[in-house]
Order: sequence, then structure tokens, then C-alpha cells
Amino acid sequence: MHLQNIMDEIEKTDPEVYERLDTRRNAMQQFATLGGRIALAALPFALGGMFKRAYGQSTSTILNVLNYALTLEYLEAEFYTTGAASGIVPAGTPAVAAINTIRDHENEHVAFLKSTISSLGGMPVSKPTFDFTAKGTFSNVFTNYDTFLAVAQTFEDTGVRAYKGRAAELLGNSVVLSAALRIHSVEARHASHIRQMRSARGAIVKPWITGNDTGGIGSAVQANYNGEELTIQAGVNIAQFVSINAASESFDEPLTASQVQALVSPFIV
Amino acid sequence: MNHMKTNLPDTGNTGDVLPANHLGRRKFLSYLGMVGGGAAVLAACRKDKNNNGAPPGSIDLGSGDIGVLNYAYALEQLEAAFYTQVISTPYSGISSAEQSLLTDIRDHEIAHREFYKAVLGAKAIPSLQVNFSSINFSSRDNVLATAKAFEDLGVSAYNGAGQLLTNADYLLLAGKIVSVEARHAAYLRDLISNGSFADNTAVDANGLDLINKPIDVLNTAKTYLQSTLYGGNLPVK
Repeated sequence: MHLQNIMDEIEKTDPEVYERLDTRRNAMQQFATLGGRIALAALPFALGGMFKRAYGQSTSTILNVLNYALTLEYLEAEFYTTGAASGIVPAGTPAVAAINTIRDHENEHVAFLKSTISSLGGMPVSKPTFDFTAKGTFSNVFTNYDTFLAVAQTFEDTGVRAYKGRAAELLGNSVVLSAALRIHSVEARHASHIRQMRSARGAIVKPWITGNDTGGIGSAVQANYNGEELTIQAGVNIAQFVSINAASESFDEPLTASQVQALVSPFIV
Repeated sequence: MNHMKTNLPDTGNTGDVLPANHLGRRKFLSYLGMVGGGAAVLAACRKDKNNNGAPPGSIDLGSGDIGVLNYAYALEQLEAAFYTQVISTPYSGISSAEQSLLTDIRDHEIAHREFYKAVLGAKAIPSLQVNFSSINFSSRDNVLATAKAFEDLGVSAYNGAGQLLTNADYLLLAGKIVSVEARHAAYLRDLISNGSFADNTAVDANGLDLINKPIDVLNTAKTYLQSTLYGGNLPVK
């Protein structure tokens, strides 16, 4: 076993290995100290422990989920910040305060996630450059109030699904899991309110999601709602207790990271 | 143990010399001060009898993930019973939109309740007896305030319970439900005061929603329950 070769191989795969292990020099010193202190047979276990600290399932997975969440919160925060400043929200109506409330929450989520990532020793991802027209699909997003609300609804409902889809990866860290759940339910409150705002403007939509219905937004966001129509949960047919519609409404469904990435990518330049 | 089922003095059973049989169960308990005001002594006895610390007459939610699911099941039972009453005796001045969406919420809570009952199977706690004597179901203000309190409580309970689970599938299922409760909470808050869906009584300065431990949630819920729940065996973090 040649430690130098092992480190070289790891370096090819992960150029940041020395940041994780402190520095290359310190890493090699750690190896030397380990080798001097313990029996050769035990060395692999000691190395395992050292790498677990650097790449431990818990911390690296958690940072990955938090940076994923941060990217989505950047999207929402900039969307509402831009929207609130654009004048598209009718002045003198309760909508102004509602949109400002949501804008503030999304910006708070960004700040909170960045500080949580840093406190765990991670590096917050930087904010992407966004295109809220989704490459032209919603070209009037900041000039047509209904389009603005349609995109808002889609972001909120999708955000709820995105957090849900990755909560299980946080099971090892109670503090982070609880915080993520608390953001998740705030997004659901937002979704409920935006849907009510759309309903008040004539859209056929309820505060909750029925089947995979987009609430009249249409095919551009159908993929954001597909899968919500599920009525069997953990093998239990919910439609035996209540209507099919209520059965689908009563459970919100998760999305995987790759599904969310595909849905969000049109909004990222 | 057949003889323990009767309160009548047992004079015929000469094979048993325990005082309980000579005096009859009722008299025996009375002798020990256990009838009526002596419930605490009985509780202590039961505790010693490997009853997991649950007071007599209480329903033990259990431990581990099953305990957490029973905790959720209890809350869903409470919510379902509440909305069932709301819909069967609508408050004065209820609008058709309110009637329709409150019926949706009732159905969602029934779906949640029945889901937990099915998943828990033999490990499910029994059906709870509710006590809604403090609620004026004919008053819109009172019904909506209670509904909002229940929904916020439910959100805070789920947010606090997630970390108590060890099974990822259960966590996901709880997550599927809590966001629906949050949608309800926002709707009810907006019915009471438009724009209060996520105000600073629900969301803190970091943009985080309510969170509560089971002990606090159960303490609030007991106002509305005839049954007594015992959460002392639930996981703690």
C-alpha cells in the first residue's frame, strides 16, 4: 500500500481533497502519525475514519441537499424581489403585502441556508443567472399579472415537492432536518395563498392540488404537477375512504433532484 | 382471575385466602383507599406492573416510529372529528365557497386518519373520544379560530416529529401530509384575515414555520379530547 499513490488517485477524482483534509502536507502528516501509532492491520480502519470526516455521508450529503435548496430559494427570492419591484402587483391591493411577505421569506431562506451551509463547513453555491421567462415561455412574466401569479404558483408547488423529495437524506441531522421541514411548510403556505390569489382572479384552482391539475396554467407546467394524482399511499388505497379528488389532494407528492433540475433548468441561463 | 370481575363479596371460594376474595374487590380496593380519590395509588401500582408509565385509563401512544405515527394518527382523528362536526352543523352565514373548501378539508383529514389507521393496523391506538364542548359550532369566528389553531398545531407537530422518525418512508409520508396541513392553515388564516397566511405568528425571522414537541402539542390537544393520551414513551430529541 503506497499512500502517495492513493492520494494521487483521490486527487484525480476530487481535486478539492486537500481542502477537505485540511492541506496535503497536513494530510500526509496525519497518515505518518497514524502509521506510527497503530498496527499496520488497523490502518485501513483509521484511514476510513479520516476519510469519513472529510467525506462523511452525513455532512457531504447534507451540504449537497442544502445547496440544492439554496439554488431553489435563490430562484424564488429573485423572482419575487424582481416582481415586487416591477410594479406588476396592483398597487393599493392586499396583493402587495402578500407578495412582499413571500419575497421576504424567500430572502430569509436564502440567508438562513447560506449561514447553515457555512456553519457546517461547506461553501454556499453562488446564485445562478435567472431567466424568468423560461426562454420565452413566460415572456410577459413581469408585465402580465396573471402570468406572474402562474409562475409564482408553479415555483411554490414545485418547491414544496422538491423539499419533500430530499428530506429523508437529512435524517442523520435533526437540526437541519427540522429547519428544512419548517421551510417546506412555509412554501406550502405560500402555495396556498398564491392559489387563492389566482382563484380570486377567476382561475379554477383551490389552495390544494387536485389530481395533476395545473389550475389552468396549462401544458407549460404540466410536468411540475405530474405525479400529484397519486391516490395510493404506502399500499393503502385512499380513494376507498374519500373521493378520488380528495384522495389526491390530501397528499402532496415529492420530486427527485433530477426531476426538479429538469423543471428548473429553463429558468437558469 | 374470573373472581376479579365481580364486585360482590365472594363467600363461596374457600380455596383462596386473599383478602380480595373475602371482602370482595370493591371492599378490598376501598380498604386500600383506591376507590374514587385513590386513583393516584392505583396509577402507581399500574406503573409498577409494567404498564410503560401510562396512567390508568390513558391511551399510550407507544414508542419509536410506531409511537410517532400514533401521535400523528391521534391528531388526525381530532381534526377529522372537528371538521365532520363543522360540516354537519355549518356555522351561520357560511358561504358556498367556505362550505365547499371546508368539506374538502374534512375529507383530507378523514383520508389522513384512515390512512394511519390502515398503516398502523394492530398497533393503532383506539378511536379517540373528543370533547368539543368549548367550541361554538354556530359561530363562524369561533369555528375558524379553532380550525386555524388545529391546523397550525398540526403543522408544528409534524415539523417537530420529523426528527423523531428513523424510517425514511415514514418521514416521506409525514412530509406528504404536513404540506397539505400547511395549505389548510394558510387558507383558514386568510379566511379570518386575508394576508395572514404566513404572518409572524406562524413564521419566524429566518422564514421558518412553527415547530412543537409532542409534549406541548398533546398539552394543547387535551382540551379537545375526552380520551387521555400518554406520550411519555415517544422518542425525544
